Amino acid sequence: MNTLTVLASGASGASEDVFTPPGLELFDAPPLISGVAWFTKPVLLAILSTLIVVIFCWSAFAKPKLVPRGIQNVGEMGYMFVRDQVARPFLGKDADRWMGLLLSIFFMVWIWNLMGVIPVLQFPVASHIAFPIVLAATIYILKIYLGIKHQGPIGYFKNMMFPPGLPKPIYFLLAPIEFLSNLIIAPFTHAVRLFANMFAGHIILAFFSLVGFWFLFEKLTPLGAGLGVVGVVMTIAMTGFEMFIQFLQAFLFAMLAAMYIGNSLHADH
Amino acid sequence: MKLAATLLAAEGSNPLLPHTYELVVGVFAFAVVVIVVGKILTPRIQKALAERTEAIEGGIKKAEDAQAEAQAVLKQYHDQLQAARQEAARLRDEAREQGAQIKADLQEEARAEAQRIIAAAHAQIEADKQQALAQLRAEIGRLSTDLAGRIVGESLEDEARQRRIVDRFLEELENTNAAVR
Repeated sequence: MNTLTVLASGASGASEDVFTPPGLELFDAPPLISGVAWFTKPVLLAILSTLIVVIFCWSAFAKPKLVPRGIQNVGEMGYMFVRDQVARPFLGKDADRWMGLLLSIFFMVWIWNLMGVIPVLQFPVASHIAFPIVLAATIYILKIYLGIKHQGPIGYFKNMMFPPGLPKPIYFLLAPIEFLSNLIIAPFTHAVRLFANMFAGHIILAFFSLVGFWFLFEKLTPLGAGLGVVGVVMTIAMTGFEMFIQFLQAFLFAMLAAMYIGNSLHADH
Repeated sequence: MKLAATLLAAEGSNPLLPHTYELVVGVFAFAVVVIVVGKILTPRIQKALAERTEAIEGGIKKAEDAQAEAQAVLKQYHDQLQAARQEAARLRDEAREQGAQIKADLQEEARAEAQRIIAAAHAQIEADKQQALAQLRAEIGRLSTDLAGRIVGESLEDEARQRRIVDRFLEELENTNAAVR
């Protein structure tokens, strides 16, 4: 909290000659067209991501051939990955029915995240928490709906809070924990995990690229030049690492969605 | 946490508070993707994948059938070849047997023929000998009488007597011969 306050005050009171690390102002999104308040950079990128996902999937899957060619191969690679790594381990024979949703989530989140390293755009959509919240809330509502539908309104909560086969006193401890973890913490962490990763990754990339820019262009000094080179090298290295994290978070987000859906479909897990 | 949030809110950008318009755009963007990718496109690729699996399985089945058929044909050929070999062996044995039989028959026949020729030759020789003896006997008789007639000077014209004399002479001659032997 202290750091945040310092950062926040630093951002406003920075003098021209002192190196100031980037802070929360990175995530300020003023309207791109003055007067249209809602049309900000993350909104533009979210719409762009939707277009990219839809156009890519359309060109890959709209007219699928028995022997795949070109972009269909790439699309099928994505489909197979989601099916074999995300859907089947958690949903088993129900996997195919939920592939549409899981594939949408995976591609959507991945493209959102990739926006963070695409030159010029360079802003991960999921670093604005509203977007992860939309997906996590959708999964949360779906999870409760499916749980009540498949296990009954009482059975769902009973299976969740009172898993059979434990000594009675344990339930005093377990029931509240399970309730809290399943219905309050799970959706929160589902959204925040993705948000926080993209948020931190963006700050790290911005920090290192600013170090490079500041010490090599703004204030080039013999002593500072070395630091500037380190900043550039680290920017490149962290961009690579960030791309890995972006993929991992998209995979994890889809995987958790599959897990929640699977848990609601079948009580025994 | 509350303090931080208040502080940050003062700056105008609390990263943990969602912007309303972003929520709306997010819902909209996600809905479009779910409808287009999830509802329209995913069933298509699933259908294509199912068809491909079916095609591959069909191909494998076909290949298996073809292989089984090839195996059956090969087995049939092997059986036929085996039968042909046995037939050939049987024919060879038969031929060898027949050959041996024919050879034995021919040998037998040749032996019989030889025997016959030898017997005929013997008979011929015997006949010739008898004939020669008879001729010789007549010739000797005539020569002897001629000789004796000339020596004695007396014509022994009388056939009957002549013959008797010759026979007697010859018998004596033979007896002498037998006695000498």
